[in-house]
Amino acid sequence: MENTTNDLTAIGRDYSHIKGWGIDADPKNDPTYPIRNRPDGFVGQDEQRGYTWERPTQQPVDVEVLRSIERPTVSAVFGTSTPPSGLSGAIRRYAFKYSESEYGHWLPLLLADRVNMVEGIIDDFKRGHVPNIFAERGWKAEWKHDPQGLTKKVLIGAAVTAAVFVLLRRKK
Amino acid sequence: MLAMNYRGPQRVRVSHKPMPEIKHPEDAIVRVTRSCICGSDLHLYNGNVPDTRVGMTFGHEFIGIVEEVGSDVHNVKVGDHVLVPFNIACGKCHFCRQGLYGNCHESNTQATAVGGIFGYSHTAGGYDGGQAEYVRVPYANVGPTVIPPGMDPDDAVMLTDVVPTGYQAAEMGGIQPGDTVVVFGAGPVGIMAARCSWLFGAGRVIVLDQYEYRLEFVKNYANCEVYNFKEMDDPVVFIKRITDWMGADVVIDAVGAEAAGSALQTITGRKTLLQAGSATALHWAINSVKKGGIVSIVGVYGPTDNLVPIGNVVNKGLTLRANQASVKRLLPRLIEHVQNGVLNPKALITHRVPLEEAADAYRMFSSKLDNCIKPVLIPPSARF
Repeated sequence: MENTTNDLTAIGRDYSHIKGWGIDADPKNDPTYPIRNRPDGFVGQDEQRGYTWERPTQQPVDVEVLRSIERPTVSAVFGTSTPPSGLSGAIRRYAFKYSESEYGHWLPLLLADRVNMVEGIIDDFKRGHVPNIFAERGWKAEWKHDPQGLTKKVLIGAAVTAAVFVLLRRKK
Repeated sequence: MLAMNYRGPQRVRVSHKPMPEIKHPEDAIVRVTRSCICGSDLHLYNGNVPDTRVGMTFGHEFIGIVEEVGSDVHNVKVGDHVLVPFNIACGKCHFCRQGLYGNCHESNTQATAVGGIFGYSHTAGGYDGGQAEYVRVPYANVGPTVIPPGMDPDDAVMLTDVVPTGYQAAEMGGIQPGDTVVVFGAGPVGIMAARCSWLFGAGRVIVLDQYEYRLEFVKNYANCEVYNFKEMDDPVVFIKRITDWMGADVVIDAVGAEAAGSALQTITGRKTLLQAGSATALHWAINSVKKGGIVSIVGVYGPTDNLVPIGNVVNKGLTLRANQASVKRLLPRLIEHVQNGVLNPKALITHRVPLEEAADAYRMFSSKLDNCIKPVLIPPSARF
């Protein structure tokens, strides 16, 4: 980058108390970057050809990977964390029939996330693990640093639960 | 191995998961020694990012020691202490070759709008992240960078995201000598953006946030003016008033989807997810920048739509610049700045927490408890 410290003194203010002031000033930094910064060999019509680079080795596809319909292939590497499964997995597969431009893609994915949360709790119980919701929500830290806030939160939660319970009993 | 394990909105725990394996010839396995919780992790934590699956491990800001390498890895070797940029980048595709390492086209199958990111939902590639004892690092010839001898690990871990993102926010602002720069958000990235604005020759740097402890910190750390927007009727009018009624030359949105300050945005963006997060800061940024000015966006939003005054962008002739930071492109300069004492990123770290207490660290960071600015998780093997 061009050092323009001398030019910068022209603005007539003293910034000597700020370490490094102006050392990265770059008058050539304009908003067309990085479009302007085309790599060698990517000019003219080559720009439009799509896959013109030497693709990295393909990672073996040994788990289910959902693919955006806005791309023709699986990317050369991909994550293998938590492949789709169960009801949430079925909803995710449905979502991937739609492009990233569609609500039909994103809203089912959000729904699947919530379904997945319930599946996670069921899965915990199946394995004989009772999830410690209080620990998972970090309430120990909240109790330590903001006991009033946590107490308020618990009281509001209890009041809402009680109100719902009473309403349901009345309807019966 | 121990790893953070997402269980649903605002529920995480640390549990045993299988060790990561080499899946590709350019993979490495890294034993994590530091891993931060990022402000953008809170979008996942709160359940706002679609395709965040139960059982996933978050964490895109980490450093560690190379434990194993694939057959095609030649830039790092077993035993190297490396910092790992949050972007997963192949280094070969059209976008990587433009220096757009945050937009790699060979690291994310699930979405084309974003490159692969460690531990950031399946929308960003489905990779487990570094809030664990071990992590798989794809494209190990490209991303992982050997930590220079003598560099403090706390500085190194901040170079994986916070410093480059804050720096690029200022860079994208196209700051000219003497410009007035407004930064919305005094979280770690906003603090760094404010500090870096001076490096580009800003004449005046102003930061707005709602938390006094963060404003106090950034005022001292970045030598800037600070204001609490909770004490204002209208932050846009306030900025106009303190800029001779013109607006700022450059405004940086360093908040993203968790923004406070507008009931409408909060209800539609954070509570009901009718939009991709609360766009209050971006809304204010567009309206408080001067005509012909530049809005630089590094705050993270979800993939759907947001309520922003796009008509004002047209009518004011604004330039919007935004991206995930291109960490690899920026690292050489930023390492130099840290080594020369120009930047002191470790000063932002307020909490060093055992990995096993990740749930408490998330709560502390999310609820801004104990004046938390930046929490770092430390796995058992790195505590001595």
